Amino acid sequence: MTRALLLLRRRLVGSAFVLLIVVIGTFLLLEAAPGDAVDAYIASTGGDAGMIELLRHRWGLDQSALTRLANYLWALLHLDLGQSVTFSRPIRDVILERLPNTLLLMGSATALSFGLGSALGIYAGARPGSFRDRFLSIGSLALYAVPGFWLALVLIIIFAVDLRWFPIGGIESIASGKTGLDRAADIARHLILPVSALGFIYLALYLRMMRAGMAEVWRQDFVLAARAKGLSRRRIVLAHVARNALLPLVTMLGLQSAQMLGGSVVIESVFSVPGLGRLAQEAVAARDTPLLLGIILVSAVLVIAINLLVDIAYAFLDPRVGASEAGA
Amino acid sequence: MSDFTISRRTVLAGSALLLASTALPTIALAQTPKKGGRLVVAADSEPRNLNPAIVASNAVFFISSKIVETLAEASFEGKDGLDPRLATGWEGAADGLSVTFKLREGVKWHDGKPFTSADVAFSALQIWKPLQNLGRTVFKDLEAVDTPDELTAVFKFARPTPFQLIRNALPALSSVVPKHIYETGKIEENPANNAPIGTGPFKFAEHKPGEYYRLEKNADYWGKDQPYLDEIIYQVLPDRASAASALEAEEIQLAAFSAVPLADLDRISKVPGLKVITKGYEGLTYQLVVEINHRRKELADLNVRQAIAHAIDKDFVVKTVFLGYAATATGPVPKNDPQFYTADVPTYAFDVAKANALLDEAGYSKGDDGKRFSLKLLPAPYFNETKQFGDYLRQALAAIGIDAQLVNNDSAAHIKAVYTDHAFDLAVGPPVFRGDPAISTTILVQSGIPDGVPFSNQGGYKNDELDALIAKASETLDPAARTELYKEFQRKVAADLPLINVAEWSFISVVRDTVGNVANNPRWAVSNWADTWLET
Repeated sequence: MTRALLLLRRRLVGSAFVLLIVVIGTFLLLEAAPGDAVDAYIASTGGDAGMIELLRHRWGLDQSALTRLANYLWALLHLDLGQSVTFSRPIRDVILERLPNTLLLMGSATALSFGLGSALGIYAGARPGSFRDRFLSIGSLALYAVPGFWLALVLIIIFAVDLRWFPIGGIESIASGKTGLDRAADIARHLILPVSALGFIYLALYLRMMRAGMAEVWRQDFVLAARAKGLSRRRIVLAHVARNALLPLVTMLGLQSAQMLGGSVVIESVFSVPGLGRLAQEAVAARDTPLLLGIILVSAVLVIAINLLVDIAYAFLDPRVGASEAGA
Repeated sequence: MSDFTISRRTVLAGSALLLASTALPTIALAQTPKKGGRLVVAADSEPRNLNPAIVASNAVFFISSKIVETLAEASFEGKDGLDPRLATGWEGAADGLSVTFKLREGVKWHDGKPFTSADVAFSALQIWKPLQNLGRTVFKDLEAVDTPDELTAVFKFARPTPFQLIRNALPALSSVVPKHIYETGKIEENPANNAPIGTGPFKFAEHKPGEYYRLEKNADYWGKDQPYLDEIIYQVLPDRASAASALEAEEIQLAAFSAVPLADLDRISKVPGLKVITKGYEGLTYQLVVEINHRRKELADLNVRQAIAHAIDKDFVVKTVFLGYAATATGPVPKNDPQFYTADVPTYAFDVAKANALLDEAGYSKGDDGKRFSLKLLPAPYFNETKQFGDYLRQALAAIGIDAQLVNNDSAAHIKAVYTDHAFDLAVGPPVFRGDPAISTTILVQSGIPDGVPFSNQGGYKNDELDALIAKASETLDPAARTELYKEFQRKVAADLPLINVAEWSFISVVRDTVGNVANNPRWAVSNWADTWLET
């Protein structure tokens, strides 16, 4: 337990620096992009010189970039994410409204790709080189090569337009008045297609990693020993080979969380899910710097937290790793 | 849901056969409007401000024109192309210094308070004139609004203002909002800007960001038996492909403003139960324009501009870029405008040889690599068609030895590059013609506009004769004389080419055939939909 706590403390200190760099970097990047929030706004409305000046003043864009960054960081120190220019609402509210949708989508998709991916990986890796191994390996690679938006569109055309089994998009039925379990079932029905689109693409990663790891472990001496002991094949596969090949997958889980967030931008747009990814895209288009910074911050915290959890899990799963980290 | 739709489809297919056998009279019978139902419509954006009195733009009108009404709406048959809404009559004084509006009786705001001339006076003086994107120009000389009684509003102007202009501005610029809601606090920060209160056939019910807007029926609406619909839902569909799928899956019944891409229309028009409608946008014409930076020495030469005009095959653009859903343009006023358009202007036939000759004559001969000079070309990113035309223009220019380098930006970057930094040689823009050249058209060529004003002359073009003509037209009161001046304006622009008008287009609606009274006025998508109904 102390091992985990030590790890936690070291990570938190490091994370604060990472977050500061992320915030300043994002701010500078968006500052370097041509056009500001007022330019983005008048692109859809037009307006004369007086109106433009008035808007720049009201949105605080007549201040220098340095002043705005300093103000933002100062407010951030007080845990205030500021006010969104595009929504004219507190950024905290805007993000909190969307975060659950993204978490739900990401979490389910990760569970799908990790769960199904490693299970199929075990199935394939149980007999390396067999027909089912080749079929699964090639099949999953083909799936991995498919662009996310394309898979999403194909799923929509087949399952939403032609078969009409699932809705084409959204997070729940519009103004349906459903509550409790009914509502949960409704949301689940809406999530099936986007979760499949997002999850199936990353499934290949876990499948192939599991399979490759198992192929490696099969050659180890302890497997030979287990065989010599006369253990059943089933037991060797699950308790000895698969278990040892599972560790790298857990590392991958942490690394993939950031990728999932990125992938969800596309999936959220195609399936019109009101999540963080779509919000980020809108924030960039509208040059809504504080909103984008808020989203990036929340996403960064999310990724750091997931990786921390993975590290802690790792420390428990593999005693060797935790010991060297804590001792270093 | 899915079982239900399938069975309903089968039934519909059967009844269609029956209808076909008994022919037209049955179809006419089916046109009796029904009450009730929920209309679900695709929306591609969520405007940050839903108050149409402040933001007069189609994205805002699309939703809020059902909630907040204007003094008058555009009409195919009405006198001067108008239909009365909150005003029942309007009359301009001969000296151009006042306009009198007679207002509708017995109209109530959604919160139950009566609508009066005080609301009109407040909206005009406190919002349209100082805050509205378009009103700041059209109502700049509005000095006072007298309210002799509750149902009369008299607009007083400091300088003679053409009544024709005010009349043409009514459908887009005259949204009336309640004084009692807006008179306290800052107008720009009023919560009603995001949950509008109006007099329209529908009340604002809720907005779930990223998901939908919901409007519900106003039972106290002044229109007899209207509205027919119980509810309108605007479902936010940010991906362009999803509107078509949602229509096919019968999750939505209407996709307006070309939410279904032109390339999909051919396929979607063959889906049973879906109709492709090109009517209902006559008052919202967009113009495909090549904006020119006259600071560039080569482009300041009229021969070069004429050569570029001759190099563009407008018919090809209409056929290929717009797939036929557009018309070729002759000048700065679109052909479908009933008041001002004239075809009597200099034209530039597609003629590559002539274009090359003009350039040779101007002294820009081809180099060894076949190029005369290079240009930076910035297509506006707002429409697929503006981007595609950018690709076409690059090739068309290559054919006459001009090497155009495409620079693609997103909206914010494009606005800044073209209208503030002037970092372009040619740009492709989609200005809107709003029923009167003085609203947003003359500004495209007029000189003396400050840097940074979007959709205005930022190409450094200056023509004293044209400026004088625009100034004269803006104070000419007699409609016939004023119209004549704008015809002269079109001839001058087409002759001197401060910009090149290539095509004119409007939007397309795709709609389920269960929706009635679609496209029955020239601004249908942004009108109040009081008479729209659903076959259930």
